[in-house]
Amino acid sequence: MNEQTGPKSLVGQSVERVEDASLLKGRGRFIDDLPTRRDTAHTAFLRSPHAHAEIRAIDTDKAKAHPGVYAVLTGEEVANLTNSLVVGVKADVECWPMARDRVRYVGEPVVLVVAESRYVAEDALDLVEVTYETLPPVIDPRAALLDDAPVLHPSLGTNLINERAFRYGDPEAAFAAAAHRIAITTAYPRNSCTPIETYGVIAEYDPGEDAYDVTANFQGPFSIHAVLSRALKVPGNRMRLRTPPDSGGSFGVKQGVFPYVVLVAIAARVADRPVKWIEDRLEHLTASVSATNRMTTLEAAVESDGRITALSWDQIEDCGAHLRAPEPATLYRMHGNMTGAYAIDNVAIRNRVVLTNKTPTGLNRGFGGPQIYFPLERLVHKIADELRLDRLDVIRKNLVPGNAFPYRTATGALLDSGDYEAALDRAVTEGGLGELITRRDAVRAEGRLYGIGFTAAVEPSVSNMGYITTVLTPEARAKAGPKNGAQAVATVGIDPLGSVTVKVASVPQGQGHRTVLAQVVADRLGLPLSAVRVNTELDTNRDAWSIASGNYASRFAPAVAGTAKLAADRLRGRLATIAAVQLNVTADQVEFADGKVFDRGNPDNSVSFARVAAASHWAPGTLPEGTDQTIRETVFWTPDELAAPTPQDEINSSLCHGFIFDFCGVEIDRDTGMVRIDRYVTMHDCGTILHPGMVDGQVRGGFAQALGAALYEEYAYGADGAFLTGTLADYLIPTVMETPEPVILHFESPSPFTPLGAKGVGEGNCMSTPVCIANAIADATSVEDLTLPLSPSKISALIHAEEKPSARPKRDVKPIKARPGERALSGEGSAEVSASREEIWAMLLDPRTLEAIIPGAHKVEKISDTQFRADVTLGVGPVKGLYRADITLSDMVEPEAVTLSGGTEGALGSGRGQGRITLTKTETGTRVSYRYEAGIGGKVASVGGRLLDGAARVVIGQFFQSLARYAGRGQAAATVSPGILTRLRSLLGRRA
Amino acid sequence: MSRLKAHQKKTVTFRLNGLPVRADAESRTLLSDFIRHEIGMTGTHVGCEHGVCGACTIQVDGAPARACLMLAVQAEGTDIRTVEALSPGDDRLSALQAAFKRHHGLQCGFCTPGILMSLDALIGARPDAGREEVRDHLSGHLCRCTGYATIVEAALSALDDIRREDNDNV
Repeated sequence: MNEQTGPKSLVGQSVERVEDASLLKGRGRFIDDLPTRRDTAHTAFLRSPHAHAEIRAIDTDKAKAHPGVYAVLTGEEVANLTNSLVVGVKADVECWPMARDRVRYVGEPVVLVVAESRYVAEDALDLVEVTYETLPPVIDPRAALLDDAPVLHPSLGTNLINERAFRYGDPEAAFAAAAHRIAITTAYPRNSCTPIETYGVIAEYDPGEDAYDVTANFQGPFSIHAVLSRALKVPGNRMRLRTPPDSGGSFGVKQGVFPYVVLVAIAARVADRPVKWIEDRLEHLTASVSATNRMTTLEAAVESDGRITALSWDQIEDCGAHLRAPEPATLYRMHGNMTGAYAIDNVAIRNRVVLTNKTPTGLNRGFGGPQIYFPLERLVHKIADELRLDRLDVIRKNLVPGNAFPYRTATGALLDSGDYEAALDRAVTEGGLGELITRRDAVRAEGRLYGIGFTAAVEPSVSNMGYITTVLTPEARAKAGPKNGAQAVATVGIDPLGSVTVKVASVPQGQGHRTVLAQVVADRLGLPLSAVRVNTELDTNRDAWSIASGNYASRFAPAVAGTAKLAADRLRGRLATIAAVQLNVTADQVEFADGKVFDRGNPDNSVSFARVAAASHWAPGTLPEGTDQTIRETVFWTPDELAAPTPQDEINSSLCHGFIFDFCGVEIDRDTGMVRIDRYVTMHDCGTILHPGMVDGQVRGGFAQALGAALYEEYAYGADGAFLTGTLADYLIPTVMETPEPVILHFESPSPFTPLGAKGVGEGNCMSTPVCIANAIADATSVEDLTLPLSPSKISALIHAEEKPSARPKRDVKPIKARPGERALSGEGSAEVSASREEIWAMLLDPRTLEAIIPGAHKVEKISDTQFRADVTLGVGPVKGLYRADITLSDMVEPEAVTLSGGTEGALGSGRGQGRITLTKTETGTRVSYRYEAGIGGKVASVGGRLLDGAARVVIGQFFQSLARYAGRGQAAATVSPGILTRLRSLLGRRA
Repeated sequence: MSRLKAHQKKTVTFRLNGLPVRADAESRTLLSDFIRHEIGMTGTHVGCEHGVCGACTIQVDGAPARACLMLAVQAEGTDIRTVEALSPGDDRLSALQAAFKRHHGLQCGFCTPGILMSLDALIGARPDAGREEVRDHLSGHLCRCTGYATIVEAALSALDDIRREDNDNV
């Protein structure tokens, strides 16, 4: 082998990235930056305000008539032109990208409008009227399994869409023989790695060829291309999918753009022009895609010395409202790794996949890992505590031994390489565990809360495209035919002047693939970094790709970069043969370096790389007999180790397995419940390191996201299915102030299964860090039952007794008890109006006056003497929408007091409330006093209490100011003074 | 007070990266949309449109501002700088940009233009800023790729370089 390693090798160096100059100058080409055709239209979606409802009627006439609108489409109209999206399991259920007869989660698309601009499209959405009949929702995955649970998909008859049980070794015997059985039950919450760039799609349709041409910041896997083609009813070659040169982060999440590819493609077809959609942040947080939440009960059979002999998993996976491809992959991605970094021979698994009224789930960095390691590593921690053993000793005792590699796990993974115990020992020493323990003891001696947590984890990379078929029974698999492997592809081309271009289907989203590929190929061909240019844009009509293409499962370094090496080596072999003739030596004597090709024995006997490379272009007749061209070489590579699941359900779900050992020290503020990470040490064995700077960048980035998952981030739902975290002021992503710098350590065990010895490294901390922090918090608080995110309020509740609600002042308005998931609002105030009580009374009962003074009112109808109906447009933060309010007057004491009660329902949410208005005579006119209590649910509730309370006060204030102005006898404005009590109350208890 | 209708257009005049801009904007058009899609300068990115993520940060009359929280018509008469103004020449990077490249202070680069504009304002106003001040300044930006450490290092390194250059020039 002509391995070219040594001081000149570019691989292994933290070279500056070739991507950066353009990005730093603002010259990146992200999807929303790309030029579009002049006639490109824009689309916006009307989304469900309800978690669960039947759609009774949709009236789009007014929206269609709105100037600048080109098309308005309902789910039914989209369905007429498409097929249902493929569902990942055999089940009698359909999956439409836009709701047809029923909505199943807040944010589900219901109507799309195509218009000359996004602004106009959103105007038109306000004119669409949808009549819903709400249904009881089901949010908790366990509740979804109850006999009387509301069923999301009537065709399915149940919310349990898939169930499988697995058995490896002899778990029953191991449990029977065990000295101890120790179990833990955990609920892993919903969260997402939320890239800063949202989804974007630009689509065209050519009726002449019945072909779609779509550019989307999709990240793969390109198995989804088959789903898209089927949905759009065209063969794959008429579904051209392209990716932009730059993408603003993905972390798995941009896999979930694919249903919108279908919708925007159909929009372009119907509107007969290119259509563009850029998702906004509220859409993204509410309805793009989420990681799964999972209920797990995990039990271990344990010997007295802490050795685990068997595990029994019971997992309930919540995939939200639809089982979208490739789900339930989150549940099966780790199937070979259900024993983590441990050698445990006996495993039982019960997997249930349920549907609930939440956003459908999809890829997310760590994919399935955090949901496994949270219960597993919490359990290992608990085992040590219950048996009064040292936690680190229990971990050590169970690790896969260093001499056992490659090691076959009970569930079928082939752990490629490593020395877990040696890596752990180095981390303990180099990471300063001893010092941390000393500090913990000192801090605790002062009465403060301090804890240390550990995690050992295996980080899988390069997914086996066949692992998801483990969800099928062996019989069903046999019938469907085996699925396995993971094709990676790379093309290396040399132009007539001898410069080199590399082309891959890896669809990077910020990782720096172009730089690493230039390093790898430049090394193989003896060229400087700048002589190699890399193109990572993908065009399915033009480039080499396969279903495994894309940017997921940490496959770049082990699979794609390795395949580029193989392609470069093939060219190198042929170039050596050609050069050998020119140098008059044998091919095995030919060496490549510094842009030259030369005789290893006599470096002066050389020829320029460009000259050798050019021969295939300019003088193919001079190539030695039997030597193929050196113009372009495309290599597809799929490792043999990625076999299909066996009839016994063993599956090597991933090709490579890195090792991680983390530990951390945290201090908890007793008063606030705030967690401070004192030190975080993370040891990684990701095989051969290609670019140390990028590897550390991946570790730090994953760590920061995991820190968010551990302490701050949750896609929170009310019990009514209202989505409660629709802004970045509610979904709390760590800033620089919350993010400590971890101590990063490396251990290098090259993978024997990959061309460069590299393994994936991007997802590890998303798997290991949340539970490591939780273990430290458990150590600090001695509380075992922990659910992420461990926010200050949650921790305060753990370390303090619950506070009693304060006594509230007496009210003359019945308090509205917020329904589950609603936000309760209350307020009071008064306004001075220079008109008599009788005049004001008359105004309050006159629909024309009300129309003029209710903020945002379009139309007020008097239904009866005591009933009104109003159409109102209101904006709260980023959420603006049309509401229809029905108002009833009661307890009328003319002209002194009246109670208004009513409800409102709109595309963005619902509200109900009651207010009492009292009119008191004053010297200059009338004082109008009011108190109100209201509950708000649906999408508008997702903007959070701090915006909602303020917005309510502003709107009510505006109402009385308008009333005063309208009554206005010389006095322009009323003075509105919200009660100080109300302000205090809203400060103390924003969320009911 | 005259009330503007949402889609009524108004001529807006301001300076953008040293050059005069004169274009019509609907009164409701966000400044971020106007700069990106009317003028065509796409270096300023949009991440949340509610002022939290900081990706759209520009400088208005020298001070960092969220372009998504301003209407285009509010830019009337101002002097605006965006990321496109930072490099001293087509083939050169500013000290701040070069430090980001050297320290791997970016991955996907989507949040980067806003961060650069904030830091550029900090460097101009507080050339002696230290680590805590840099962190404080960065706290108005969300980055999902880097975990921030390399951004802080890049900023400190740039501050160092600029101070050294200034000393050399004294």
